[in-house]
Amino acid sequence: MVTGSNIIEVRGLTAAYGDFVLLEKIFFDVRRGEVFVIIGGSGCGKSTLMKHLIGLLPPAAGEILIDGENITTAAGEARASLIKKFGVMYQSGALFGSLTIEENVMLAMEEFTDLPADARQLVARMKLSLVGLERFAAHFPSEISGGMQKRAAIARAMALDPAVLFLDEPSAGLDPVTSAGLDELILNLNHNLGVTFVIVSHELASIYAVADRVIMLDSTKKGILAEGPPADLRDHDKDPGVHAFFHREAREVSA
Amino acid sequence: MFALLRIGICPGVPGQLSSGLCFCHMTFDPKSDRLVLGGRLDAAEVSRSWKLLGQVSKACQVDASKVDVTDGAGLAFLWSLSRTRNAHITGLRPEIAALLKPFDDLPINPADAPERDRSMFAQIGRAACAILKDIREQISFIGEFTVTALRCAARPRLVRWGDMWITAQKAGVDALVVAGTISFLTGMIMAFQAAVPLKQFGVDIFVVNLVALALLREMGPIMTAVVLAGRSGSAFAAEIGTMTVNEEINALQTMGLDPMRFLVVPRVLAGFIVTPVLTIYASVLGVAGGFLVMMAQGFPFAALWNQLVSAVGVSDVMTGMIKSFVFGILVAGVGCLRGLQTGNGATAVGESTTRAVVSGIFLIVLVDAVFAGIFYVLKW
Repeated sequence: MVTGSNIIEVRGLTAAYGDFVLLEKIFFDVRRGEVFVIIGGSGCGKSTLMKHLIGLLPPAAGEILIDGENITTAAGEARASLIKKFGVMYQSGALFGSLTIEENVMLAMEEFTDLPADARQLVARMKLSLVGLERFAAHFPSEISGGMQKRAAIARAMALDPAVLFLDEPSAGLDPVTSAGLDELILNLNHNLGVTFVIVSHELASIYAVADRVIMLDSTKKGILAEGPPADLRDHDKDPGVHAFFHREAREVSA
Repeated sequence: MFALLRIGICPGVPGQLSSGLCFCHMTFDPKSDRLVLGGRLDAAEVSRSWKLLGQVSKACQVDASKVDVTDGAGLAFLWSLSRTRNAHITGLRPEIAALLKPFDDLPINPADAPERDRSMFAQIGRAACAILKDIREQISFIGEFTVTALRCAARPRLVRWGDMWITAQKAGVDALVVAGTISFLTGMIMAFQAAVPLKQFGVDIFVVNLVALALLREMGPIMTAVVLAGRSGSAFAAEIGTMTVNEEINALQTMGLDPMRFLVVPRVLAGFIVTPVLTIYASVLGVAGGFLVMMAQGFPFAALWNQLVSAVGVSDVMTGMIKSFVFGILVAGVGCLRGLQTGNGATAVGESTTRAVVSGIFLIVLVDAVFAGIFYVLKW
């Protein structure tokens, strides 16, 4: 369901921690309705890039536009309305342990809508049914498995019907069957609801299954090593780093 | 006639973010039992119209042909009309009907919550079990700590001295200002309070006896231990509790490193060393506070000093010292124990920290009462 327009535009982004520059002047776009995956070796700045995209870290230079609005300079009401346009699933799920799964999903609705309690509960149940967790609505996060927590976190991220979902390593720590189920869920939400996905992932099987397009980051280049559909990069890209990643070749570990 | 007319921002199609104005309206005609929906059916619109669900009759007719766009709340509204009111929805755009499709099997009633017996008897039973479990864990902790401490005493190289000194600095040196200030002010307050009644009998010089004995024997050790419980016992519980939540304690165990030796011994040893030192410091400052008040009332320093020397014996100083050694071990030990008992999640760390402070202060008072009995019998 990819359409022509861009929903995220990254213009000359430099990401740095103090003097330590991770990414230097990178440019890329995410199109509306696509599943966009950020890949790369450990420490290349994938999670840092995602934190910049969702406005948790300010860029050292450059700008990030979400639906045409600069997330780094947006303030007050503009920032609040921009934040409602995306949902985030953190690597650990980051569900609130003192709330039930259903209450986790309802929290944003309580704050940002005037829906009555029974309407909020029904919407939460519908979101949870989309991720196959309707039966566990009244459970606390500690009472369900890690894979379920990740699915519940996706349901929570979808609470306000965001246009973009950011997922940080959704497959990490999951068995292949649960991981494949999560891939199916991503495709389902993408096809049926038109949700754009920006995913940080290492899992090749998952990347092939869901990604329309990937960018591969590189710590040596401090930027984007390759960009394109995953199968194209696997079959045609000549860069040794990209080749090694897609063909699971061991390379010398560099500092 | 129940009618609503709304104007809102319309994003075009679900999941996309374009903008433009569109009209939203919802009309219900009770005579023909017909509800007409149109425009944007979103959370704002549903918030206003949700109560309509209770007003429409069962199996009413719903014309949804003019609904342009809907979000999760709008889908919930349509689903409720269809499933709870058995409404006949007609004219729904295929893309919106497709969004509703996954909820065909959603049960009308929410799933039952997992069985959690909240009756009074169950709660009393659970509380009793928790107390018994806590006592068992405390006994087990004391036993394990004693064994590890004896092992470390036999082989001092086993103690992580670096951690111990860092903890001693945080618990001791960093607490000098707060412990000193509290004690100094307490000494002043006691002197002020005691001076008035004693002056009536012309024995206000005995304020020195009162302040010095109270501070050296009771107040000094207790106040220092309470400060230690609030500052360091809570910090130990939070630190070790966070390590427990992050599975760092499990990592230590599977690496063959005993958490008792690695984490508890250095902290308890630090508590054992710094508490008496802090107690002496706090008691001296407390007496100085009392002296300041007495000097302000015209007593010369020499008179006060002579009175102090005649009033205070070695046994008074030793009483405070013995208590402070025990308080130091108790506060540090209970802080570590509560940290190791931490359950899952951020809330559990908070609970452990609170329990560390509460248990620490409770134990201080309890043990002080025991000491009072012992010293009374011994005539110290």
